[in-house]
Amino acid sequence: MSSATTGRTTTSEAGNNRPELIKAVPVRHPGRWVSGVIIVLIAVAVLQSMFTNPNFRWDIVATYIMDTLVVQGVGWTLLLTVLSMVLAIVLAVLLAFMRQSDNPILRWSSWFWVWIFRGTPVYTQLIFWGLISVLYPKIAAGIPAGPELFSFDTKDLINAGVAAVLGLGLNESAYLAEIFRAGLKSVDKGQVEAAEALGMRKSKIMWRIVLPQAMRVIVPPTGNETIGMLKTTSLVLAVPFTLDLTFVTNSLANRTYLPIPLLLVAAIWYLVITSVLMVGQHYIEKYYGKGVDNLSPAPVKAPTLKAPARLQGEDAE
Amino acid sequence: MSVETAEPLVRFEGVHKFFGENHVLRGIDMTVRRGEVSVVIGPSGSGKSTLLRCVNLLETISAGRIYVGDELIGYREVNGRLHDLNVKQIAAQRREIGMVFQKFNLFGHKTALQNVMEAPVQVKGKSKAEAKARALELLDRVGLADRADFYPAQLSGGQQQRVAIARALAMDPELMLFDEPTSALDPELVGDVLNVMKDLAKTGMTMIVVTHEIGFAREVGDTLTFMDAGVVVESGDPREVIANPQHGRTKEFLSKVL
Ligand SMILES: Nc1ncnc2c1ncn2[C@@H]1O[C@H](COP(=O)(O)OP(=O)(O)O)[C@@H](O)[C@H]1O
Ligand SMILES: [Mg+2]
Repeated sequence: MSSATTGRTTTSEAGNNRPELIKAVPVRHPGRWVSGVIIVLIAVAVLQSMFTNPNFRWDIVATYIMDTLVVQGVGWTLLLTVLSMVLAIVLAVLLAFMRQSDNPILRWSSWFWVWIFRGTPVYTQLIFWGLISVLYPKIAAGIPAGPELFSFDTKDLINAGVAAVLGLGLNESAYLAEIFRAGLKSVDKGQVEAAEALGMRKSKIMWRIVLPQAMRVIVPPTGNETIGMLKTTSLVLAVPFTLDLTFVTNSLANRTYLPIPLLLVAAIWYLVITSVLMVGQHYIEKYYGKGVDNLSPAPVKAPTLKAPARLQGEDAE
Repeated sequence: MSVETAEPLVRFEGVHKFFGENHVLRGIDMTVRRGEVSVVIGPSGSGKSTLLRCVNLLETISAGRIYVGDELIGYREVNGRLHDLNVKQIAAQRREIGMVFQKFNLFGHKTALQNVMEAPVQVKGKSKAEAKARALELLDRVGLADRADFYPAQLSGGQQQRVAIARALAMDPELMLFDEPTSALDPELVGDVLNVMKDLAKTGMTMIVVTHEIGFAREVGDTLTFMDAGVVVESGDPREVIANPQHGRTKEFLSKVL
Protein backbone atom coordinates (compact mmCIF):
# COMPACT_ATOMS: atom_id res chain seq x y z
CA MET A 1 0.00 0.00 0.00
CA SER A 2 2.60 2.51 0.99
CA SER A 3 5.07 3.76 -1.51
CA ALA A 4 7.74 1.76 0.23
CA THR A 5 6.07 -1.56 -0.52
CA THR A 6 4.80 -0.80 -4.03
CA GLY A 7 7.86 1.09 -5.10
CA ARG A 8 5.61 3.89 -6.37
CA THR A 9 5.10 7.41 -5.22
CA THR A 10 1.52 8.52 -5.03
CA THR A 11 0.57 11.93 -6.26
CA SER A 12 -0.45 13.24 -2.87
CA GLU A 13 2.96 12.52 -1.39
CA ALA A 14 4.89 13.90 -4.35
CA GLY A 15 2.64 16.94 -4.71
CA ASN A 16 3.01 18.02 -1.09
CA ASN A 17 6.78 17.87 -1.11
CA ARG A 18 7.82 21.29 -2.27
CA PRO A 19 11.44 20.83 -3.31
CA GLU A 20 14.17 23.13 -2.08
CA LEU A 21 14.76 25.58 -4.92
CA ILE A 22 18.24 25.92 -6.39
CA LYS A 23 20.12 29.04 -5.39
CA ALA A 24 23.27 28.88 -7.50
CA VAL A 25 26.06 31.46 -7.35
CA PRO A 26 25.94 33.31 -10.70
CA VAL A 27 28.96 33.36 -12.99
CA ARG A 28 30.98 36.58 -12.58
CA HIS A 29 31.52 38.76 -15.65
CA PRO A 30 34.65 40.80 -14.96
CA GLY A 31 34.99 41.51 -18.70
CA ARG A 32 31.78 43.50 -18.64
CA TRP A 33 33.08 45.74 -15.89
CA VAL A 34 36.42 46.30 -17.57
CA SER A 35 34.88 47.12 -20.95
CA GLY A 36 32.31 49.34 -19.26
CA VAL A 37 34.96 51.40 -17.54
CA ILE A 38 37.03 51.77 -20.72
CA ILE A 39 34.05 52.92 -22.75
CA VAL A 40 32.93 55.42 -20.11
CA LEU A 41 36.46 56.87 -20.01
CA ILE A 42 36.57 57.26 -23.79
CA ALA A 43 33.11 58.84 -23.84
CA VAL A 44 34.06 61.33 -21.14
CA ALA A 45 37.23 62.27 -23.01
CA VAL A 46 35.37 62.82 -26.28
CA LEU A 47 32.61 64.85 -24.64
CA GLN A 48 35.08 66.93 -22.73
CA SER A 49 37.03 67.74 -25.87
CA MET A 50 33.82 68.64 -27.68
CA PHE A 51 32.82 71.13 -25.03
CA THR A 52 36.22 72.58 -24.25
CA ASN A 53 37.62 72.80 -27.78
CA PRO A 54 36.56 76.28 -28.93
CA ASN A 55 36.79 75.29 -32.63
CA PHE A 56 33.47 73.51 -32.37
CA ARG A 57 31.84 76.94 -31.96
CA TRP A 58 28.76 75.75 -30.11
CA ASP A 59 27.61 79.34 -29.97
CA ILE A 60 27.29 79.34 -33.77
CA VAL A 61 25.51 75.98 -33.66
CA ALA A 62 23.03 77.49 -31.21
CA THR A 63 22.51 80.51 -33.45
CA TYR A 64 21.82 78.55 -36.60
CA ILE A 65 20.06 75.44 -35.33
CA MET A 66 16.65 77.15 -35.44
CA ASP A 67 17.50 79.52 -38.28
CA THR A 68 14.52 79.97 -40.63
CA LEU A 69 16.49 78.82 -43.67
CA VAL A 70 17.73 75.76 -41.79
CA VAL A 71 14.30 74.80 -40.48
CA GLN A 72 12.85 75.24 -43.95
CA GLY A 73 15.68 73.04 -45.24
CA VAL A 74 14.67 70.38 -42.72
CA GLY A 75 11.11 70.65 -44.01
CA TRP A 76 12.18 70.25 -47.63
CA THR A 77 14.46 67.33 -46.83
CA LEU A 78 11.65 65.63 -44.96
CA LEU A 79 9.22 66.29 -47.79
CA LEU A 80 11.65 64.94 -50.40
CA THR A 81 12.24 61.84 -48.27
CA VAL A 82 8.57 61.13 -47.71
CA LEU A 83 7.46 61.77 -51.29
CA SER A 84 10.32 59.77 -52.81
CA MET A 85 9.67 56.85 -50.47
CA VAL A 86 5.94 56.89 -51.14
CA LEU A 87 6.59 56.89 -54.88
CA ALA A 88 9.21 54.15 -54.46
CA ILE A 89 6.97 51.95 -52.30
CA VAL A 90 4.02 52.18 -54.68
CA LEU A 91 6.26 51.30 -57.62
CA ALA A 92 8.03 48.55 -55.68
CA VAL A 93 4.78 46.77 -54.78
CA LEU A 94 3.79 46.93 -58.41
CA LEU A 95 7.21 45.72 -59.58
CA ALA A 96 7.26 42.85 -57.07
CA PHE A 97 3.78 41.71 -58.10
CA MET A 98 4.76 41.96 -61.76
CA ARG A 99 7.83 39.89 -61.08
CA GLN A 100 5.64 37.10 -59.68
CA SER A 101 3.09 37.34 -62.46
CA ASP A 102 2.29 34.52 -64.86
CA ASN A 103 2.58 37.05 -67.65
CA PRO A 104 6.15 36.91 -69.04
CA ILE A 105 5.94 40.47 -70.44
CA LEU A 106 5.24 41.85 -66.97
CA ARG A 107 7.99 39.72 -65.44
CA TRP A 108 10.54 40.96 -67.95
CA SER A 109 9.47 44.60 -67.70
CA SER A 110 9.91 44.45 -63.96
CA TRP A 111 13.33 42.88 -64.30
CA PHE A 112 14.37 45.49 -66.86
CA TRP A 113 13.24 48.38 -64.64
CA VAL A 114 15.30 47.10 -61.74
CA TRP A 115 18.26 46.56 -64.03
CA ILE A 116 18.19 50.17 -65.32
CA PHE A 117 17.47 52.04 -62.12
CA ARG A 118 19.68 49.96 -59.87
CA GLY A 119 22.45 49.78 -62.42
CA THR A 120 23.14 53.50 -62.79
CA PRO A 121 24.21 55.97 -60.07
CA VAL A 122 21.46 57.96 -58.40
CA TYR A 123 23.53 61.10 -58.96
CA THR A 124 23.48 60.49 -62.71
CA GLN A 125 19.75 59.87 -62.60
CA LEU A 126 19.16 63.12 -60.71
CA ILE A 127 21.12 65.12 -63.30
CA PHE A 128 19.16 63.36 -66.01
CA TRP A 129 15.80 64.34 -64.49
CA GLY A 130 17.08 67.87 -64.10
CA LEU A 131 17.83 67.95 -67.83
CA ILE A 132 14.63 66.27 -68.96
CA SER A 133 13.15 69.55 -70.20
CA VAL A 134 16.15 70.00 -72.45
CA LEU A 135 15.71 66.48 -73.76
CA TYR A 136 11.94 66.69 -74.20
CA PRO A 137 10.84 70.36 -74.24
CA LYS A 138 7.20 69.37 -74.69
CA ILE A 139 5.23 66.44 -73.29
CA ALA A 140 2.16 65.61 -75.28
CA ALA A 141 -0.34 62.79 -75.13
CA GLY A 142 -2.26 61.68 -78.12
CA ILE A 143 -2.82 58.87 -80.53
CA PRO A 144 0.36 58.08 -82.46
CA ALA A 145 0.09 59.82 -85.83
CA GLY A 146 -3.34 61.04 -84.72
CA PRO A 147 -4.74 64.04 -82.91
CA GLU A 148 -2.96 65.42 -79.86
CA LEU A 149 -5.06 65.27 -76.68
CA PHE A 150 -3.04 67.61 -74.47
CA SER A 151 0.47 68.94 -74.20
CA PHE A 152 2.64 70.66 -71.60
CA ASP A 153 5.87 72.48 -71.51
CA THR A 154 8.09 70.02 -69.69
CA LYS A 155 9.74 72.65 -67.53
CA ASP A 156 6.33 73.63 -66.11
CA LEU A 157 5.44 70.03 -65.34
CA ILE A 158 8.80 68.88 -64.05
CA ASN A 159 10.26 71.62 -61.91
CA ALA A 160 13.30 71.00 -59.72
CA GLY A 161 11.27 69.52 -56.87
CA VAL A 162 9.42 67.08 -59.11
CA ALA A 163 12.68 66.13 -60.83
CA ALA A 164 14.28 65.47 -57.44
CA VAL A 165 11.40 63.25 -56.29
CA LEU A 166 11.35 61.38 -59.60
CA GLY A 167 15.10 60.84 -59.51
CA LEU A 168 15.18 59.66 -55.92
CA GLY A 169 11.91 57.68 -56.04
CA LEU A 170 12.53 55.78 -59.27
CA ASN A 171 16.02 54.84 -58.20
CA GLU A 172 14.81 53.69 -54.80
CA SER A 173 11.94 51.71 -56.32
CA ALA A 174 14.45 49.34 -57.87
CA TYR A 175 16.03 48.54 -54.51
CA LEU A 176 12.70 48.31 -52.72
CA ALA A 177 11.32 46.03 -55.44
CA GLU A 178 13.96 43.48 -54.50
CA ILE A 179 13.14 43.84 -50.81
CA PHE A 180 9.45 43.37 -51.54
CA ARG A 181 10.17 40.40 -53.76
CA ALA A 182 12.15 38.74 -50.97
CA GLY A 183 9.30 39.50 -48.59
CA LEU A 184 6.69 37.93 -50.84
CA LYS A 185 8.86 34.85 -51.27
CA SER A 186 9.19 34.48 -47.51
CA VAL A 187 5.49 33.70 -47.11
CA ASP A 188 4.74 29.99 -47.03
CA LYS A 189 3.27 28.60 -50.26
CA GLY A 190 0.58 26.92 -48.21
CA GLN A 191 -0.96 30.33 -47.52
CA VAL A 192 -1.52 30.92 -51.22
CA GLU A 193 -2.84 27.40 -51.75
CA ALA A 194 -5.29 27.72 -48.88
CA ALA A 195 -6.56 31.00 -50.31
CA GLU A 196 -6.76 29.55 -53.81
CA ALA A 197 -8.68 26.57 -52.51
CA LEU A 198 -11.22 29.01 -51.07
CA GLY A 199 -11.70 30.49 -54.53
CA MET A 200 -9.92 33.78 -53.89
CA ARG A 201 -8.65 35.69 -56.92
CA LYS A 202 -4.95 36.18 -57.33
CA SER A 203 -4.95 39.93 -56.69
CA LYS A 204 -6.96 39.46 -53.49
CA ILE A 205 -4.58 36.72 -52.35
CA MET A 206 -1.65 39.07 -52.88
CA TRP A 207 -3.19 42.06 -51.12
CA ARG A 208 -4.98 40.33 -48.29
CA ILE A 209 -2.98 37.21 -47.54
CA VAL A 210 0.58 37.40 -48.86
CA LEU A 211 1.55 41.07 -48.62
CA PRO A 212 0.38 41.62 -45.02
CA GLN A 213 2.45 38.64 -43.89
CA ALA A 214 5.39 39.65 -46.06
CA MET A 215 5.41 43.07 -44.36
CA ARG A 216 7.04 41.54 -41.31
CA VAL A 217 10.09 40.85 -43.46
CA ILE A 218 9.72 43.98 -45.59
CA VAL A 219 9.44 46.68 -42.93
CA PRO A 220 12.89 46.51 -41.27
CA PRO A 221 14.94 46.85 -44.49
CA THR A 222 12.48 49.43 -45.79
CA GLY A 223 13.07 51.47 -42.62
CA ASN A 224 16.74 51.17 -43.35
CA GLU A 225 16.16 52.42 -46.89
CA THR A 226 14.08 55.34 -45.61
CA ILE A 227 16.87 56.48 -43.35
CA GLY A 228 19.25 56.02 -46.26
CA MET A 229 16.94 58.11 -48.43
CA LEU A 230 16.93 60.88 -45.84
CA LYS A 231 20.62 61.30 -46.45
CA THR A 232 20.55 60.60 -50.16
CA THR A 233 18.37 63.70 -50.51
CA SER A 234 21.60 65.64 -49.98
CA LEU A 235 22.46 64.75 -53.58
CA VAL A 236 19.58 66.75 -55.06
CA LEU A 237 21.91 69.62 -55.83
CA ALA A 238 22.61 67.56 -58.95
CA VAL A 239 19.14 68.48 -60.28
CA PRO A 240 19.80 71.28 -59.09
CA PHE A 241 17.41 71.54 -56.16
CA THR A 242 18.71 74.04 -53.63
CA LEU A 243 16.41 74.13 -50.63
CA ASP A 244 17.32 70.93 -48.76
CA LEU A 245 19.15 70.81 -45.44
CA THR A 246 22.60 69.95 -46.76
CA PHE A 247 22.56 72.61 -49.47
CA VAL A 248 21.33 75.29 -47.06
CA THR A 249 23.85 74.53 -44.32
CA ASN A 250 26.65 74.28 -46.89
CA SER A 251 25.85 77.68 -48.33
CA LEU A 252 25.58 79.18 -44.83
CA ALA A 253 28.97 77.66 -44.05
CA ASN A 254 30.45 79.19 -47.20
CA ARG A 255 28.97 82.54 -46.37
CA THR A 256 30.19 82.58 -42.75
CA TYR A 257 33.45 80.68 -43.27
CA LEU A 258 32.38 78.43 -40.37
CA PRO A 259 32.02 74.94 -41.86
CA ILE A 260 32.27 72.92 -38.64
CA PRO A 261 29.39 74.36 -36.61
CA LEU A 262 27.13 74.29 -39.67
CA LEU A 263 28.02 70.67 -40.35
CA LEU A 264 27.05 70.02 -36.75
CA VAL A 265 23.74 71.81 -37.31
CA ALA A 266 23.02 69.53 -40.27
CA ALA A 267 24.17 66.41 -38.42
CA ILE A 268 21.98 67.17 -35.41
CA TRP A 269 18.92 67.64 -37.59
CA TYR A 270 19.57 64.45 -39.55
CA LEU A 271 19.89 62.58 -36.25
CA VAL A 272 16.65 64.06 -34.95
CA ILE A 273 14.75 63.06 -38.09
CA THR A 274 16.31 59.59 -38.08
CA SER A 275 15.20 59.12 -34.48
CA VAL A 276 11.65 60.13 -35.33
CA LEU A 277 11.66 57.71 -38.27
CA MET A 278 12.92 54.92 -36.02
CA VAL A 279 10.02 55.46 -33.63
CA GLY A 280 7.62 55.28 -36.56
CA GLN A 281 9.24 52.08 -37.76
CA HIS A 282 8.85 50.53 -34.32
CA TYR A 283 5.08 50.97 -34.45
CA ILE A 284 4.78 49.76 -38.04
CA GLU A 285 6.75 46.63 -37.15
CA LYS A 286 4.53 46.03 -34.20
CA TYR A 287 1.44 46.34 -36.36
CA TYR A 288 2.60 43.87 -38.97
CA GLY A 289 3.92 41.45 -36.38
CA LYS A 290 0.42 40.67 -35.21
CA GLY A 291 -0.32 37.00 -35.07
CA VAL A 292 3.39 36.20 -34.88
CA ASP A 293 5.46 38.43 -32.60
CA ASN A 294 4.95 38.92 -28.87
CA LEU A 295 1.96 36.66 -28.65
CA SER A 296 0.63 36.03 -25.21
CA PRO A 297 -0.56 32.46 -24.81
CA ALA A 298 -4.01 33.85 -24.14
CA PRO A 299 -5.41 36.56 -26.42
CA VAL A 300 -4.89 40.12 -25.34
CA LYS A 301 -8.56 40.86 -25.39
CA ALA A 302 -11.00 38.31 -24.13
CA PRO A 303 -13.29 36.72 -26.72
CA THR A 304 -15.78 39.48 -27.32
CA LEU A 305 -18.81 37.53 -28.32
CA LYS A 306 -20.73 34.69 -26.98
CA ALA A 307 -21.32 32.46 -29.95
CA PRO A 308 -24.95 31.89 -30.74
CA ALA A 309 -25.90 28.49 -29.39
CA ARG A 310 -25.84 25.77 -32.03
CA LEU A 311 -28.59 27.36 -33.95
CA GLN A 312 -30.71 27.10 -37.05
CA GLY A 313 -28.17 24.64 -38.44
CA GLU A 314 -29.36 24.71 -42.03
CA ASP A 315 -26.95 22.08 -43.11
CA ALA A 316 -25.65 21.26 -39.67
CA GLU A 317 -26.78 18.42 -37.43
CA MET B 1 -31.18 7.75 -49.46
CA SER B 2 -28.43 5.26 -48.99
CA VAL B 3 -25.08 6.23 -50.37
CA GLU B 4 -24.89 3.27 -52.75
CA THR B 5 -27.86 4.50 -54.75
CA ALA B 6 -27.08 8.23 -54.65
CA GLU B 7 -25.96 9.90 -57.86
CA PRO B 8 -22.22 10.28 -58.43
CA LEU B 9 -20.77 13.65 -57.43
CA VAL B 10 -17.10 13.17 -58.34
CA ARG B 11 -15.90 11.10 -61.26
CA PHE B 12 -12.27 10.45 -62.13
CA GLU B 13 -11.98 9.03 -65.65
CA GLY B 14 -8.58 7.77 -66.70
CA VAL B 15 -6.74 10.51 -64.84
CA HIS B 16 -3.02 10.77 -65.45
CA LYS B 17 -0.54 13.24 -64.00
CA PHE B 18 3.05 13.79 -64.96
CA PHE B 19 5.53 15.97 -63.10
CA GLY B 20 8.06 16.25 -65.89
CA GLU B 21 9.07 12.65 -66.51
CA ASN B 22 7.62 11.49 -63.20
CA HIS B 23 4.38 9.62 -63.96
CA VAL B 24 2.57 10.16 -60.68
CA LEU B 25 -1.04 9.25 -61.48
CA ARG B 26 -1.37 6.36 -63.92
CA GLY B 27 -4.99 6.13 -64.98
CA ILE B 28 -7.24 6.69 -62.00
CA ASP B 29 -10.89 5.69 -62.36
CA MET B 30 -12.96 6.39 -59.31
CA THR B 31 -16.44 7.56 -58.41
CA VAL B 32 -17.60 9.30 -55.28
CA ARG B 33 -21.34 9.48 -54.73
CA ARG B 34 -23.21 12.33 -53.13
CA GLY B 35 -23.01 12.00 -49.35
CA GLU B 36 -20.27 9.38 -49.55
CA VAL B 37 -17.21 9.35 -47.33
CA SER B 38 -14.48 8.02 -49.57
CA VAL B 39 -11.29 7.17 -47.72
CA VAL B 40 -8.03 6.89 -49.66
CA ILE B 41 -5.00 5.16 -48.19
CA GLY B 42 -1.65 4.22 -49.60
CA PRO B 43 2.07 4.52 -49.03
CA SER B 44 3.85 7.85 -49.11
CA GLY B 45 4.50 9.07 -52.64
CA SER B 46 1.73 6.98 -54.17
CA GLY B 47 -0.03 10.10 -55.48
CA LYS B 48 -2.82 10.62 -52.93
CA SER B 49 -2.14 14.31 -52.37
CA THR B 50 -1.75 14.88 -56.08
CA LEU B 51 -5.11 13.23 -56.70
CA LEU B 52 -6.84 15.58 -54.25
CA ARG B 53 -4.98 18.62 -55.53
CA CYS B 54 -6.12 17.88 -59.07
CA VAL B 55 -9.75 18.04 -57.94
CA ASN B 56 -9.51 21.66 -56.86
CA LEU B 57 -7.02 22.66 -59.51
CA LEU B 58 -3.99 23.16 -57.34
CA GLU B 59 -2.54 20.84 -59.99
CA THR B 60 -3.73 20.33 -63.55
CA ILE B 61 -4.15 16.82 -64.86
CA SER B 62 -2.15 15.60 -67.85
CA ALA B 63 -4.80 13.26 -69.28
CA GLY B 64 -8.31 12.06 -68.50
CA ARG B 65 -11.24 13.90 -67.01
CA ILE B 66 -12.43 14.88 -63.55
CA TYR B 67 -16.06 15.83 -63.10
CA VAL B 68 -17.63 17.33 -60.02
CA GLY B 69 -21.38 17.30 -60.47
CA ASP B 70 -21.90 18.02 -64.16
CA GLU B 71 -18.87 20.22 -64.38
CA LEU B 72 -15.64 19.24 -66.04
CA ILE B 73 -12.85 20.40 -63.73
CA GLY B 74 -10.32 22.81 -65.19
CA TYR B 75 -11.57 22.83 -68.78
CA ARG B 76 -14.42 23.69 -71.07
CA GLU B 77 -15.19 21.19 -73.79
CA VAL B 78 -16.20 22.85 -77.05
CA ASN B 79 -16.77 20.65 -80.10
CA GLY B 80 -14.56 17.95 -78.65
CA ARG B 81 -11.69 20.34 -77.91
CA LEU B 82 -10.64 21.30 -74.40
CA HIS B 83 -10.16 24.96 -73.57
CA ASP B 84 -8.44 26.14 -70.39
CA LEU B 85 -10.71 27.88 -67.94
CA ASN B 86 -9.88 31.48 -67.15
CA VAL B 87 -8.97 32.50 -63.61
CA LYS B 88 -12.51 33.56 -62.82
CA GLN B 89 -13.96 30.22 -63.86
CA ILE B 90 -11.27 28.34 -61.95
CA ALA B 91 -12.03 30.33 -58.81
CA ALA B 92 -15.72 29.61 -59.27
CA GLN B 93 -15.08 25.85 -59.42
CA ARG B 94 -12.88 25.95 -56.36
CA ARG B 95 -15.58 27.68 -54.35
CA GLU B 96 -17.68 24.54 -54.43
CA ILE B 97 -14.87 22.41 -53.07
CA GLY B 98 -13.44 22.74 -49.57
CA MET B 99 -9.91 21.60 -48.85
CA VAL B 100 -8.22 20.80 -45.56
CA PHE B 101 -4.44 20.55 -45.59
CA GLN B 102 -2.03 18.46 -43.60
CA LYS B 103 -0.29 21.62 -42.37
CA PHE B 104 -3.57 23.52 -41.71
CA ASN B 105 -2.39 26.62 -43.60
CA LEU B 106 -4.43 29.02 -41.52
CA PHE B 107 -3.77 32.66 -42.37
CA GLY B 108 -1.20 33.57 -39.74
CA HIS B 109 -2.07 37.26 -39.49
CA LYS B 110 -5.76 36.66 -38.90
CA THR B 111 -7.61 35.38 -35.87
CA ALA B 112 -9.63 32.18 -35.99
CA LEU B 113 -12.77 34.22 -36.59
CA GLN B 114 -11.15 36.31 -39.32
CA ASN B 115 -9.85 33.15 -40.99
CA VAL B 116 -13.35 31.73 -41.22
CA MET B 117 -14.89 35.05 -42.34
CA GLU B 118 -12.31 35.85 -45.00
CA ALA B 119 -13.62 33.92 -47.99
CA PRO B 120 -17.36 34.47 -47.46
CA VAL B 121 -16.76 38.24 -47.31
CA GLN B 122 -14.05 38.51 -49.96
CA VAL B 123 -15.22 35.85 -52.39
CA LYS B 124 -18.96 35.58 -51.92
CA GLY B 125 -19.47 39.23 -51.01
CA LYS B 126 -21.40 38.43 -47.85
CA SER B 127 -21.85 41.24 -45.35
CA LYS B 128 -19.42 41.22 -42.43
CA ALA B 129 -22.22 40.80 -39.91
CA GLU B 130 -23.68 37.84 -41.75
CA ALA B 131 -20.28 36.22 -42.24
CA LYS B 132 -19.42 36.74 -38.59
CA ALA B 133 -22.60 35.15 -37.31
CA ARG B 134 -22.05 32.17 -39.57
CA ALA B 135 -18.35 31.93 -38.64
CA LEU B 136 -19.15 31.89 -34.94
CA GLU B 137 -21.73 29.21 -35.55
CA LEU B 138 -19.13 27.11 -37.41
CA LEU B 139 -16.49 27.66 -34.75
CA ASP B 140 -19.01 26.53 -32.19
CA ARG B 141 -19.71 23.47 -34.29
CA VAL B 142 -16.02 22.50 -34.22
CA GLY B 143 -15.90 23.19 -30.48
CA LEU B 144 -13.91 26.42 -30.64
CA ALA B 145 -16.43 29.19 -29.97
CA ASP B 146 -14.24 30.43 -27.12
CA ARG B 147 -11.15 30.61 -29.36
CA ALA B 148 -12.59 33.01 -31.95
CA ASP B 149 -10.16 35.82 -31.16
CA PHE B 150 -7.02 33.68 -30.96
CA TYR B 151 -4.34 33.81 -33.62
CA PRO B 152 -3.27 30.49 -35.17
CA ALA B 153 0.06 30.64 -33.33
CA GLN B 154 -1.89 30.63 -30.07
CA LEU B 155 -3.80 27.47 -30.94
CA SER B 156 -2.77 23.83 -30.70
CA GLY B 157 -2.42 21.87 -33.92
CA GLY B 158 -5.73 20.14 -33.35
CA GLN B 159 -7.48 23.45 -32.75
CA GLN B 160 -5.88 24.94 -35.85
CA GLN B 161 -7.07 22.05 -37.95
CA ARG B 162 -10.60 22.41 -36.64
CA VAL B 163 -10.55 26.12 -37.49
CA ALA B 164 -9.32 25.13 -40.95
CA ILE B 165 -12.30 22.80 -41.32
CA ALA B 166 -14.65 25.61 -40.23
CA ARG B 167 -12.98 27.93 -42.73
CA ALA B 168 -13.60 25.49 -45.57
CA LEU B 169 -17.20 24.90 -44.48
CA ALA B 170 -17.90 28.63 -44.44
CA MET B 171 -18.00 28.56 -48.24
CA ASP B 172 -20.79 25.94 -48.11
CA PRO B 173 -18.93 23.53 -50.39
CA GLU B 174 -20.64 20.50 -51.85
CA LEU B 175 -17.46 18.48 -51.52
CA MET B 176 -14.74 18.42 -48.87
CA LEU B 177 -11.20 17.17 -49.49
CA PHE B 178 -9.01 16.16 -46.55
CA ASP B 179 -5.31 15.59 -47.16
CA GLU B 180 -3.96 13.71 -44.15
CA PRO B 181 -5.69 16.12 -41.77
CA THR B 182 -4.33 14.46 -38.64
CA SER B 183 -0.82 13.51 -39.76
CA ALA B 184 0.82 16.63 -38.31
CA LEU B 185 -0.91 16.31 -34.94
CA ASP B 186 0.20 15.00 -31.58
CA PRO B 187 -1.59 11.71 -30.92
CA GLU B 188 -3.83 13.07 -28.17
CA LEU B 189 -5.17 15.79 -30.51
CA VAL B 190 -6.13 13.48 -33.36
CA GLY B 191 -9.41 12.40 -31.80
CA ASP B 192 -10.92 15.90 -31.67
CA VAL B 193 -10.33 16.45 -35.36
CA LEU B 194 -11.65 13.02 -36.31
CA ASN B 195 -14.77 13.67 -34.24
CA VAL B 196 -15.44 16.89 -36.12
CA MET B 197 -15.02 14.99 -39.39
CA LYS B 198 -17.35 12.27 -38.14
CA ASP B 199 -20.01 14.85 -37.29
CA LEU B 200 -19.55 16.37 -40.70
CA ALA B 201 -20.02 12.99 -42.36
CA LYS B 202 -23.29 12.58 -40.47
CA THR B 203 -24.63 15.81 -42.00
CA GLY B 204 -24.36 14.15 -45.39
CA MET B 205 -21.29 16.01 -46.64
CA THR B 206 -19.47 14.33 -49.49
CA MET B 207 -15.89 13.79 -48.39
CA ILE B 208 -12.71 12.42 -49.88
CA VAL B 209 -10.33 11.72 -47.02
CA VAL B 210 -6.69 10.78 -47.42
CA THR B 211 -5.60 9.39 -44.08
CA HIS B 212 -3.65 6.73 -42.25
CA GLU B 213 -6.37 6.47 -39.59
CA ILE B 214 -7.68 3.01 -40.40
CA GLY B 215 -10.10 3.22 -37.45
CA PHE B 216 -11.72 6.26 -39.02
CA ALA B 217 -11.95 4.49 -42.37
CA ARG B 218 -13.64 1.49 -40.77
CA GLU B 219 -16.06 3.48 -38.69
CA VAL B 220 -16.98 6.40 -40.95
CA GLY B 221 -15.91 5.44 -44.46
CA ASP B 222 -18.37 4.26 -47.08
CA THR B 223 -15.58 3.15 -49.38
CA LEU B 224 -11.91 2.53 -48.89
CA THR B 225 -9.52 2.91 -51.79
CA PHE B 226 -5.96 1.67 -51.65
CA MET B 227 -3.55 3.47 -53.97
CA ASP B 228 -0.02 2.50 -54.79
CA ALA B 229 2.39 3.97 -57.34
CA GLY B 230 -0.29 6.08 -59.00
CA VAL B 231 -2.93 3.39 -59.50
CA VAL B 232 -5.97 2.25 -57.56
CA VAL B 233 -5.02 -1.22 -56.38
CA GLU B 234 -8.34 -2.04 -54.76
CA SER B 235 -11.44 -0.35 -53.56
CA GLY B 236 -14.52 -1.43 -51.67
CA ASP B 237 -16.37 -1.49 -48.40
CA PRO B 238 -13.82 -0.46 -45.77
CA ARG B 239 -14.61 -3.29 -43.38
CA GLU B 240 -14.23 -5.84 -46.19
CA VAL B 241 -11.03 -4.38 -47.55
CA ILE B 242 -9.46 -4.16 -44.11
CA ALA B 243 -10.56 -7.59 -42.98
CA ASN B 244 -9.96 -9.33 -46.26
CA PRO B 245 -7.62 -7.49 -48.63
CA GLN B 246 -7.47 -9.04 -52.10
CA HIS B 247 -4.04 -7.86 -53.18
CA GLY B 248 -0.64 -8.57 -51.74
CA ARG B 249 0.31 -4.89 -51.76
CA THR B 250 -2.84 -3.97 -49.82
CA LYS B 251 -2.14 -6.72 -47.28
CA GLU B 252 1.41 -5.58 -46.85
CA PHE B 253 0.42 -1.92 -46.41
CA LEU B 254 -2.37 -2.71 -43.95
CA SER B 255 -0.08 -4.88 -41.88
CA LYS B 256 2.17 -1.84 -41.45
CA VAL B 257 -0.48 0.70 -40.45
CA LEU B 258 -2.79 -1.50 -38.37
N1 LIG C 1 4.83 19.87 -57.33
C1 LIG C 1 5.48 18.74 -57.60
N2 LIG C 1 6.49 18.75 -58.49
C2 LIG C 1 7.14 17.61 -58.80
N3 LIG C 1 6.86 16.41 -58.28
C3 LIG C 1 5.87 16.34 -57.38
C4 LIG C 1 5.12 17.49 -57.00
N4 LIG C 1 4.20 17.11 -56.10
C5 LIG C 1 4.35 15.79 -55.92
N5 LIG C 1 5.35 15.31 -56.68
C6 LIG C 1 5.77 13.91 -56.77
O1 LIG C 1 4.63 13.14 -57.02
C7 LIG C 1 4.68 11.92 -56.33
C8 LIG C 1 3.42 11.73 -55.53
O2 LIG C 1 3.37 12.69 -54.51
P1 LIG C 1 2.11 12.87 -53.57
O3 LIG C 1 0.90 13.02 -54.38
O4 LIG C 1 2.44 13.96 -52.63
O5 LIG C 1 2.06 11.48 -52.80
P2 LIG C 1 1.37 11.11 -51.44
O6 LIG C 1 0.46 12.21 -51.04
O7 LIG C 1 0.65 9.83 -51.73
O8 LIG C 1 2.45 10.89 -50.45
C9 LIG C 1 5.94 11.95 -55.49
O9 LIG C 1 6.92 11.22 -56.17
C10 LIG C 1 6.31 13.41 -55.47
O10 LIG C 1 7.70 13.55 -55.41
MG1 LIG D 1 0.50 13.45 -49.33
